[in-house]
Amino acid sequence: MADPVNVLVCVKRVPDATSEIVLTDDGQGVDGRLAGFTMSNHEQCAVELAVRIAAATGGEATVLTLGDADAVEQLRAALAVGCTAATHVQADSQQFGPADVAREIAAVVRDHEAAGRSHDLVLLGNDAADTGDFQVGIRLAYALGRPVVNGVGQVVVEDDGVTASGAGPDGFETYRLPLPAVVTVLEGGVEPRYPTVPGRMKAKKVPIEERSPAQEPAGAARVRWSLPPAAPSDVQVLGKGADAAPAVVDLFEQLGVLAR
Amino acid sequence: MILVLVEKDLDGAAVEVSLEALTFARSLSEAGGGIPIDAVVVGDVSPDLRESLAAYGVRDVHTLGGEAFAAFAGSAWASGIETVLASTSSVVLMAAGTPRGGEVLAHVAARADVAMAANVLGFDGLAPFVVTRQVVGGQAVEAMQLSTRPTLFTVAGHAVEATPAAAQGAATVVAHEPEVAAADLVARVVSTDEPEPDLSGSLKSARVVVGAGRGAGGENGFDDLLELADLLHAPLGVSRVVTSLGWRPHHEQVGQTGSRISPDLYIPCGISGAIQHWAGCSSAKAILAINTDPDAPMVTKATHAVIGDLHEVVPAINAEIKRRRAG
Ligand SMILES: Cc1cc2nc3c(=O)[nH]c(=O)nc-3n(C[C@H](O)[C@H](O)[C@H](O)COP(=O)(O)OP(=O)(O)OC[C@H]3O[C@@H](n4cnc5c(N)ncnc54)[C@H](O)[C@@H]3O)c2cc1C
Ligand SMILES: Nc1ncnc2c1ncn2[C@@H]1O[C@H](COP(=O)(O)O)[C@@H](O)[C@H]1O
Repeated sequence: MADPVNVLVCVKRVPDATSEIVLTDDGQGVDGRLAGFTMSNHEQCAVELAVRIAAATGGEATVLTLGDADAVEQLRAALAVGCTAATHVQADSQQFGPADVAREIAAVVRDHEAAGRSHDLVLLGNDAADTGDFQVGIRLAYALGRPVVNGVGQVVVEDDGVTASGAGPDGFETYRLPLPAVVTVLEGGVEPRYPTVPGRMKAKKVPIEERSPAQEPAGAARVRWSLPPAAPSDVQVLGKGADAAPAVVDLFEQLGVLAR
Repeated sequence: MILVLVEKDLDGAAVEVSLEALTFARSLSEAGGGIPIDAVVVGDVSPDLRESLAAYGVRDVHTLGGEAFAAFAGSAWASGIETVLASTSSVVLMAAGTPRGGEVLAHVAARADVAMAANVLGFDGLAPFVVTRQVVGGQAVEAMQLSTRPTLFTVAGHAVEATPAAAQGAATVVAHEPEVAAADLVARVVSTDEPEPDLSGSLKSARVVVGAGRGAGGENGFDDLLELADLLHAPLGVSRVVTSLGWRPHHEQVGQTGSRISPDLYIPCGISGAIQHWAGCSSAKAILAINTDPDAPMVTKATHAVIGDLHEVVPAINAEIKRRRAG
């Protein structure tokens, strides 16, 4: 039997981009009073992979977030589906640019390692659903001096190495790399599980390691966010449900797209 | 110098979004007083590719060759690009906002400890250099100041239209075969499966396209939509959700990271109309949205809409077409 593999999975509390977005007056972010919050689909898949790999190797799956007090909700969500430890870096994530976040995650990995807790594999999402920087995982890999694979859907650990695969521009690609490593995950390769009631109960009891950031952030170079002006709608509604079919086919005839 | 990473398709031609990035580079060059634009390409450059890069005003085409570039490794590509950056003393490095483009630029950014902006739509000023880019799934736009050199960013797909330059570039090929450290080859593609056939050509030129999104409900939810497509002699175009969940092949994807279509009629069914999807279909002449949500962006932006469950509406449309054809 190979060694247990301890996985660290990084998730970010983000506004639900499918709900209506309202910005704060200073244009530095989303007005949290009006938004629903979640983690991105990519990160949900990363959590699923972390739990599977930990279970398959007898290792631990630790979830980490850098965010305000409310971000504990996302840690609990990951604990409810099988992560067994959690670290919360308490900070306003809006003040942290991608290089800052990578540095903070690296600091946690190093501190845990010094305390005898390794994180052999670090999983992240491919991109955060709010700031969409597409880079924290890669910066983290360089900060830790580890190899990194980006944007894969499937990750398995076998024979002390990682096999990661996903769609590439020239076909479905597979990578093999040694541990320790960093991998960023795209949704679609695995189906994230739903939390069970006992899972939720258990999650409530897991103590969360609370930390302060290791360094002052350099920031995100954000000038401001703005919402594109709403375009006036001049949609013509042809009807509701199946009853609209004749009107639709009239339109097809009008546009001349029905000719065989 | 502005250096642009140009990606190739399986036939060795430049992908459309790379030509868009070159077009963006030209507007930047013009604003900056005519800074030359170079391209960097991994692997060989065919005469056709060279010709199209010349048409887009490229001065030098830097190629990265040798065993290190035979299979993809993000860090190896970054290492090769560093060599080219140094030899050209480029101040800007750009790529298309493809998965590869973003990945490689993030490597270069991490190695040089400089900022990188993803999915840029345009720029607001040169000094300081402020770009606008997509955030919150395209719902909001960020103005971001890029003050580090080299300045790194990727261009959101279909944010600009690929247009050849007024004046041809020389497109002189400069071959590089740089030494790549072993550490940069550790995370490398070890195998690539046969690609699925790319049928996106017919999608791009179709007069009518039937669209399908998450509203299809699952892998088995496409029968009625495919029948409608068949009745209209139209290809199917889908959202990214549909391709990432593996319900339909990638070449059917419409949008920023898929094809840009411009049919006479687009019929998006169960597609919300996120900005990244809209980027691929906004030039359709007429849009008939079928959606349960009357407030979905696709509905409000469409010319026509039916509010309802696509699994009820589409079969009714199919039946009506067949009834009229029979009659
Ligand atoms: C960098 C980047 C690039 C991207 N590139 C692309 C791209 O190229 N193409 C692309 O499409 N997306 C792209 N996306 C993703 C995009 O942001 C959206 O997530 C995606 O387009 C949403 O797909 P959807 O509309 O199918 O799903 P959803 O947003 O989930 O919408 C489903 C819609 O279906 C409706 N619906 C549900 N059930 C039914 C039913 N039974 N009948 C009728 N209607 C129903 C709902 O009301 C809703 O409007 C990109 C995102 C990023 C960050
Ligand atoms: N504040 C954060 N806390 C924890 N993980 C984060 C944070 N920000 C980004 N990440 C991780 O990095 C990935 C890529 O983010 P980004 O580069 O910002 O698009 C995300 O999908 C997360 O997995």
